[in-house]
Amino acid sequence: MTQWSGYLGLILQGALVTIELTLMGSVLALVMAFLAGMGRVSRFFIVRAIATTYIEFFRGTSIFVQLFWAYFVLPFAGLSLTPLQAGVLALGLNVGAYAAEVVRGAILSIGREQYEACTALNLGRWQGMRHVILPQALLIMLPTFGNNAIELLKATSVVSLISLADLTFQAQVVRSQTGSTLMPFLSVLVIYFVLALIISWGVRSLERRMARGLDGVRV
Amino acid sequence: MEWDWNFVWEIMPTLIQGVKITILATVLGSVLAGIVGLAIALARRSPNRSVSRSVGWFAEFIRGTPLLVQLYFIFYVLPDIGILLPPLVAGVIGLGLHYGTYTAEVYRAGIDNVPRGQWEAAKACNLNGRHTWTHVILPQAIPPMIPALANYFIAMFKETPLLSAITVLELMNQAKSVANTYYRYIEPMTLVGAFFLVISLCSVMLLRWLERRYGRIER
Repeated sequence: MTQWSGYLGLILQGALVTIELTLMGSVLALVMAFLAGMGRVSRFFIVRAIATTYIEFFRGTSIFVQLFWAYFVLPFAGLSLTPLQAGVLALGLNVGAYAAEVVRGAILSIGREQYEACTALNLGRWQGMRHVILPQALLIMLPTFGNNAIELLKATSVVSLISLADLTFQAQVVRSQTGSTLMPFLSVLVIYFVLALIISWGVRSLERRMARGLDGVRV
Repeated sequence: MEWDWNFVWEIMPTLIQGVKITILATVLGSVLAGIVGLAIALARRSPNRSVSRSVGWFAEFIRGTPLLVQLYFIFYVLPDIGILLPPLVAGVIGLGLHYGTYTAEVYRAGIDNVPRGQWEAAKACNLNGRHTWTHVILPQAIPPMIPALANYFIAMFKETPLLSAITVLELMNQAKSVANTYYRYIEPMTLVGAFFLVISLCSVMLLRWLERRYGRIER
């Protein structure tokens, strides 16, 4: 049984890479979601068109294809990425496109009267967005963002195919070194599940915190 | 490296072979997901608490872990207990099981949407359990679910490249082998991306039509 501890260390190293990827990918996804989501409700046609193209493109092709494209094709265009950079880029842009639709939906779901109130208070478009619309919309986005983060966590497993040593990759390493299959794959599945539980728990408590003081403002 | 149309025509037949397998896997996976989802949704409504609890946890676990690791699990662990599956079958089972847990939620929502009065009417007409389901509840519950189900089948279609990791010769795997043979990544990878983009844009249109046709819940 002593050898298992060594292999367990290997798997935990992989877990660290997976967590790192998930965090970095989530940050990029969040930035892209707000850029593209607010771009889709822009006044300017050209901004709307760019945001829509970005969203349709990244939702229309699978994360796997995007990752391979970023890793294998971009070098020919003179842009060489390390596996980690390619992974974060593909994951962030892909999940960002899904989350952008969440941002758009939440902004549009804020009632007309709120926008009218902004006009009545003589707030500029940006000021109204920043102080009135987004604080309310954020609460609506949060649960779906949690789901998106879990999707991102699950999608990180794909980076093992471009030789980044994440959880899934380490499971394969352990499998090829020991010939044992149940132990590595089952433990990796459990780790992924625990990480997903942590995300959904974190999002729920964040939601409770943010809902404080908004009681009675919205149903 | 420049884009080369001659090379594109040269590799086209190989890619089209891959497309066939991709579509076959999607269709079979969708059928399986439809059945598994219904089974999970019905089991979760079971009056037996231990059945509904354990199925609920199982579905939650599958949904919280990556499809890629599940595919590895099916492909590498099951042979150890004597179940040897061809790659495509393992892939279809993986897809069907994973997306079955998603479609189960769609079924659940659809079934919950059937008004209570329908159940009571079925009881008043002295229909037994099976007849209540097949003649009263499901015919009303299923049409509004169709757009949501189709949405997941499109999502599944975009996940089929993962099957290349367990040696199914679908589109992505064919593209990879072509790319590795000629050491040209631009054309195969871009074509795979374009193929997925075209199919998903078409399926978005199909989805809009389905939503118009079935999406309304008429009362």
